Amino acid sequence: MAKKKTAMDCVKLARDPKRPHLKDFIRLICSDFEELHGDRLVNDDRALIGGFATIDGVKALVLGHNKGETVEENMEANFGMANPDGYRKAMRLAKLAEKFHLPVVTFVDTPGAYPGREAEERGQAEAIAKSLEFFSRLATPVVVVVTGEGGSGGALAIAVGDRVLMMENAVYSVISPEGCAGILWRDGKKAPEAAEALKITAHDLKGLGAVDEIIKEPAGGAQKNHELAAANVKKAVLKALASLKEVPADELLEKRYAKLRALGNFY
Amino acid sequence: MAWFEAKAEKPKIPPAKALWAICPKCKSHFEKSVWKGANCICPKCNYHGRLSARERIAQIADDGTFSEVFRVVSYSDHLEFHDATGPYKEKVEATIAKTGETESVVMGVCEIGGHAAMLGVMDFSFMGGSLGTGTGERIARACEQAIAERRPLVLFSASGGARMHEGILSLMQMAKTSAAIARLKEAGLPYISVLTDPTTGGVSASYAMLGDINITEPRALIGFAGRRVIENTIHQKLPLDFQSAEYLEKHGFIDRIVERGNLKKFIAKMLNYWGF
Repeated sequence: MAKKKTAMDCVKLARDPKRPHLKDFIRLICSDFEELHGDRLVNDDRALIGGFATIDGVKALVLGHNKGETVEENMEANFGMANPDGYRKAMRLAKLAEKFHLPVVTFVDTPGAYPGREAEERGQAEAIAKSLEFFSRLATPVVVVVTGEGGSGGALAIAVGDRVLMMENAVYSVISPEGCAGILWRDGKKAPEAAEALKITAHDLKGLGAVDEIIKEPAGGAQKNHELAAANVKKAVLKALASLKEVPADELLEKRYAKLRALGNFY
Repeated sequence: MAWFEAKAEKPKIPPAKALWAICPKCKSHFEKSVWKGANCICPKCNYHGRLSARERIAQIADDGTFSEVFRVVSYSDHLEFHDATGPYKEKVEATIAKTGETESVVMGVCEIGGHAAMLGVMDFSFMGGSLGTGTGERIARACEQAIAERRPLVLFSASGGARMHEGILSLMQMAKTSAAIARLKEAGLPYISVLTDPTTGGVSASYAMLGDINITEPRALIGFAGRRVIENTIHQKLPLDFQSAEYLEKHGFIDRIVERGNLKKFIAKMLNYWGF
C-alpha cells in the first residue's frame, strides 16, 4: 500500500510547475475568453488577470492568479504574486459582472501577495482589505476554486465567495510552511512539521469548514493529466453556478455573510 | 555554597532593562518613570510607544463609562497546535495569566467626549496582538451590536498579523471582520480605525485599513509585509522611514497623524461632524 500523503507532499504537488495553471484551466474549461486589462489607476498587473468567458454555455467573469508557463511569463507575472493593482483590477471587473448580472469564478493559485516596495507604497494592505470587504458585498454569485497554492491574504483577497471549491492536492494556509517554520521553529527546514501542524490540505480545510467541496484529481496529481483535472474542475464549477443561479441577490448576500460569520465562532 | 554553584544563581539585582526604558526607534535610554511619565512617548524622537489596552481605554473612554463586552469569547485551539517550543495552549494560557486579558482585542461600549461608541483596543502584549478566531469573533460581534444600537465603531489596532497557531481559521477572520465592517458602513454608521504601532500583516490587510477614516500616531509602523521579507525579495535596502506613519500619510493611506494627547478630542470631533 502506498505511503500516506503528507501535508508537505501536497505542498510539492501544489507548487509543481507542471501542474495546470490559470491559462490551462481557461483553455480547457472555457469555450471562449476575452481578457480585459488594467485597474484604471496605474497598471495592468499580469499576476492577476481576468475577463469574460463562457463555460458550457454559461457566461461568467473569470478571474485568477496567473503564474505563467515559461520563464519569461513567470517573470512578467511575478510568479502569481499580485500587486495592489491586481486586486483593484479584480474588483473593477467583478463590479462589471455584478452590473450585468453575471457570476464570478475565481481561480486561486499564488504564493502570496507580492512583498515589494511599490506594492507597499501603493497600498497592498489597503487593496487586500478592500477586496475582502468588496467581495463580501458583491451582489452576484461568486464561486472560488483553489487550484494550487492558497497563499495567505494574497489568496483570500479573491477567495471570498458563496462556494469555495478546492482541488485535492491544493493547499491553503495563513502562512507558508517555510515562513511558519522560520518563525515558530526558528528553522525554515522544519517546513514539513509546520505544514502538518497548520492543517493546510483540502481534507483538513473541509473539516474546518473553510472549504465546501474537494475536487478529485487524476491519480498522482493534476500535473499527470491536465484534461481530466480541468474536466473535474469544470463539472464542480458548473454545479456550483447552477445551485446559485436562482438565489435572489439579498438572500445570496445574507448566506454569504452567515458562511463567513460561522468561521471560527466557538461560542 | 561552592563558588561554581553561586555562578548559576540568578542575580538579585534586577537587570538594567528593568530600570531603563529604551526607545525602540531612536534607542535613547530613559528612566522607566520618565518614559511612563511621558505617556510612553519618546521625549527625544516623539515615537509614540505601545500602550496596553487598558491604558488606552483609560485615555480614550470618558471616566467610568467603559463597560466591557464579549470577554467570554477567547482563543481556540482547534488544531491542537504544537511547535518547537511547545503547545499553543500553554503559551496562550500563560499570556492570559500574565496580561489578565482573554483575547488580543478588548471590546466595550463607552462614551468618547460624550459621544456613545463601541470601542475596541488591541493589546500587542497578547500574543503580539495577533488576529485569532476569538479576536475576529469579538470584532464581528462588535459590528453587529454597533448596528443594533446605532453606535459608531472606534477600533485601535496593534498587531503583527494573523495568528498562525489557529491556522486557516485565523486567516478567515480577515474576511469575517471585513464583511462585518462592510455591513456596519452600509448601515450608515461611522468606523474610525486607529492604526497604532505596529499594525501589520493580516490586520492591516483587513479591518485596520477599512476605516471611514484611518488615523495613526507619530512614527507608528504600518505595513503589509515585513521589512526584511521585502529587502530579501527585491535585494535592495529600504528607506529608513519605510512603512512609518509619515510615509503612509505621504502615500495617501492615512487621513491624519494625531498626537496621543489629542486623539480623544480628534475622534470626538469627527463623530460630532458626522452627527453621532
